[in-house]
Formats: sequence, structure tokens, C-alpha cells
Amino acid sequence: MDAQAYEAVIGLEVHAQLLTQSKAFCGCPTTFGNAPNTNVCPVCLGMPGTLPVLNRNLVEFILRMGMATNSTITGSSIFARKNYFYPDLPKGYQISQYEEPMCSNGSIEIEAEDGSRKNIGITRIHMEEDAGKLIHDAGSGTLVDLNRCGVPLIEIVSEPDIRSPREAYLYLWKIRQLVTYLEICDGNMEEGSLRCDANVSVRKKGVSEFGTKTEVKNMNSLRNVERALEFEINRQIALLADGKEVEQETLLWDADANTTHSMRSKEEAHDYRYFPDPDLVPVCVDEGWKNTVRAQLPELPSHRRSRYLESLGLPRYDADVLTAEKEIADYFESATAALSHLNGKQRNENAKVVSNWVMTEVLRVVGEKRISIRNFAIQPSRLAGMISLIQSGMISGTIAKQVFEEMLTDSDEAKAIVGKKGWVQVSDTSAIEQAVVEVLSANQSQVETFLSGNEKVFGWFVGETMKKLRGKGNPKLVNEILREKLNAKHIS
Amino acid sequence: MAVTLIDVEYVAKLARLSFSEDEKEQLTHQLNDILKYMEQLNSLDTTNVEPLAHVIELKNVFREDEVRNGVSQEEALKNAPAASGEFFKVPKVIGPR
Repeated sequence: MDAQAYEAVIGLEVHAQLLTQSKAFCGCPTTFGNAPNTNVCPVCLGMPGTLPVLNRNLVEFILRMGMATNSTITGSSIFARKNYFYPDLPKGYQISQYEEPMCSNGSIEIEAEDGSRKNIGITRIHMEEDAGKLIHDAGSGTLVDLNRCGVPLIEIVSEPDIRSPREAYLYLWKIRQLVTYLEICDGNMEEGSLRCDANVSVRKKGVSEFGTKTEVKNMNSLRNVERALEFEINRQIALLADGKEVEQETLLWDADANTTHSMRSKEEAHDYRYFPDPDLVPVCVDEGWKNTVRAQLPELPSHRRSRYLESLGLPRYDADVLTAEKEIADYFESATAALSHLNGKQRNENAKVVSNWVMTEVLRVVGEKRISIRNFAIQPSRLAGMISLIQSGMISGTIAKQVFEEMLTDSDEAKAIVGKKGWVQVSDTSAIEQAVVEVLSANQSQVETFLSGNEKVFGWFVGETMKKLRGKGNPKLVNEILREKLNAKHIS
Repeated sequence: MAVTLIDVEYVAKLARLSFSEDEKEQLTHQLNDILKYMEQLNSLDTTNVEPLAHVIELKNVFREDEVRNGVSQEEALKNAPAASGEFFKVPKVIGPR
């Protein structure tokens, strides 16, 4: 089988759960994790005679996404009923959009690891409501929790422009980055705030018609999307290479078994009989409204990234890590600003040192504790305070790591902690000289080894001297004085 | 574009309705009558008429994004044919494996 002879054609449908306070068409809270069936009212329970009224923020949020993806905003957008029977949907239809979706013809630019760029077209972005949650492991029946029913979603439908699992990963990563920057969705795939279904087909390279596609669902992480698509593409290529046909079906990704399962139920009649929902009136967004939303858009990640590269002079890797999430970028910028305030240097002179601390220590702890950087114990200003102590020579880089650890549980400023702990760096040359002399005289044989040309022993002397200074010796001075004293022995 | 018995059975199935053979026969006629009336409407020239999305000329009716209390869990479950603890209970659904 020559897999290279085939190419994949992938389109993604991404659902983003919006961060509104209340549901799409009623005032019930959208809070996650409340007791089952407590965030409900007659509207979202689908009681007869109720009337849905659209949440204004749903429109605001989809407009942000539409503008961030350069989509066309529809002048008069309407809602439709998507009819199907399933117990997670008490009305028997989902309020969605079919004709005249709010946004269309947008695009998102992805950038591969090698720096090459590609535009992925966005067919449409529309508003809809989420369904409830079914709990299947209940013995005789299925249990239904309708708290999520009516929570607002946007669905972002891509063109079939994606050609590899990696591109799918990058596209989805970009969407997650955008929705979090726009503060319209928390982007959490594991908890289902961002969900992705894929339409996949393969064809011989050079052929312009599409092959038969399958739909893959249940991929609840970026990594799973990549793995599931790899699996499905290989499966389809193997079928075609074998002279068999791909069957059009819906597949569920099973991450544990690294395979897909066919989903036979509910699919036989894919006839949703969409029609305009008479309960809801058109949404007409005029230029004034568009301008207001556009003016309030935050700095987009791509812009922020180029600013970090160009005006802050950060390496590409740093710019990528820092701008991956808005909260990280915000943290980094606050810390850099605070440091510039303390040491009087320009931002671009401070950016790299702050970036190093954020990328290594800060993100390590945030990752270990699985918290948002917004809730990180060391606020940007305190981090800046600590870095300024290193720069002024008050503490060494080694001690700084200890101070950092301490600051995780102690809410004092770095300076106060250093004082409390007696960690001020020894830069007093006479104290260092004394320690060096003691170390050298107590270790005559090592001195001989060094003098006979074994340079490695030097590091050992540094360590011993530092031990004597209880780790607080100014490393630069320790090195200098040691070198000086040993050289003197050489000559004598 | 005449409605056949098969169309009636298909639409009935989508709507989860079941009819006797006589009823199906009757519905086939009724639906055909409706379509005939639609065809009559089709004879109108609508070249320069925008499709109507809504019968009342209203647009942009919103509520502010504010939480309002709904009903209690007890009230929510009260109308359900079956409940189990804090949940609605329905016949077993074949879900994702």
C-alpha cells in the first residue's frame, strides 16, 4: 500500500460553549457543576406555551468571533428549528441557524512548525443552543440532566481545506486561542467547553473530486483530534488500497483503545426538517453595532505575537509560549512593566529575563498545580520584585529559586522574604576570601590535583566555598577570588 | 410533486406518529390538497420580493444577559412521567459506547 499516493480532505465543525451568565433564550444560569436539573425553567424545559427571548451577549460574542476571523456579518440573520427526537432535547428541536447564519466566509491562518503559513476557510459561524446531558450507566433506564440545555454555543464550520491531522491540530489550537483571547469561551476541551467533530475523506493525489466521507466524533483533546484523524485516514487509505469502499457513517473515537467505533443509532434519518423558528425574530446588526464591537476587540494573538518578536525582540519560541493564552501574555506583560518601573530599563531590555522566569518556573508551577495563571500565588509585580533583587546583586540566581519557592506560600514581597530568611547574597570580598582560604588550606591534595592541570576540580572548590557561605556567596565573586588564589599558588 | 403513501409514512416516522392504513390514505389526499394550494401560490411572480423570515415586522428583540431564577428541581421533575433521584428518567438510550 502506498499511503503517499493519497491525500486527506478534512473539514472541522467546532462547538464553543459561550461564557454568558445566563442561557441563550432564558435567564437560567450557565454555571457548571450545579446539582442536576436545578438550572432550569419552563423555557429550557420545553414546556408548551413558553417563548424564548435571545440573550444579547450571544450576539455580541459571535460578532467578536466573526470579526476576529474576517467573516462577513449577515445583515439580517434568522434562527431555525432543527428537528430530531432525543431525550437530551425536551422540545424535540434544537434552536439553531440554517439559512442566513450570523457569520460566513471567514478564515483562520495557521502556521506550521517550519514557519509556513496557510489559510483555512471558514464556511460559517452560527448560534445555537446546547442540549442536556444523558447518563447512560443507570441500569434499566437513561438519566437526564437538563442544566446544560439551552446554554449558548457557536458552531464554527471550516471549509474542507485541511489536509493533515497536524493541520487540524493547528487550526483547532488557533480557534482555542482566539476564543480565549476574545473571552467568549474558556477553551477547555476536556470539560467539553470546546468540542470538535471532523469530516474526513481521502482521495488519490491529483484527483479533484472528494472521496466518501465519514464523520468522527468524541475527540476531547487537541492530541486526540490528531490521533483520531491519523487513525481514520489510515483506515480509509487501507480500504481504498484494498479495492474496497469507504462507507459513509459516523464514528466515535475511543482514545483508550486508539480506534474508532461505528455509531449505528439515531443516524438512519438525517433529515432535520429545518424551518425558520417563528418564536424568534431576525437579528439585524447595523454598521454602528459592528463598529462598537470592533472597537472593543482585544489585541488579537497574532498581533501580540508579532509585537513580542519585533518590539520586544523575543525569540519565536518565547513569543509562541507566552501568547498561547491571553492570561499568560497578560501576566508576562504586567511583570515586564513592573520590572521596568523598578529598574528604569526599557521593556525590551527586561522582556527576555521575565520571559525566562515565566516560561520555566511560573508555567511549571501553574502546570503542576493545574491552575489558571490568574490564580497563581506570585503576582506579576512580586515576580518583578524578585527579579530586580537578582539584578541589583542582592541575591544570586540560585537563591532566587529558593525565594521563588518561598513566595508560593508566603505573600510577602521578595525583599522581605530575603531579609526574614537571611538570604542576602554575600558580596563582601573579605568574607569570601576568608572562606576560599579555609577551603584551600583544608584540601591540600585537591589543590595539588588542580595545580597538576585538572581543571575539573575548580568546580568542586566553588561548591565547597558556597557551602561555607551557606549558598549565599556572590557566584561571580566566588569564582574570581578562587581563581585568583589558585593562580597565586601556581606562581609560588 | 404529488405526495405518495411512502412520503406520508416517512414524515410520520420522523414525527414518531403512527397511523392506520385508512388514516394514511386520508393524509395522502390532504397533503396533496395542501401542495396543490402551494402550487397555486407559486404562480405568483415573486422575482423582486424578499423572502419573509417572520410574519410580524419586528427585529432585534433581546434580553440582557442576567440570571433569573427558574424552577426548583422538585418542580422541574414533577411533570415527568418518570424520575430517579435528581434526574429525569427515560427508557434506555443507546449512547456512545
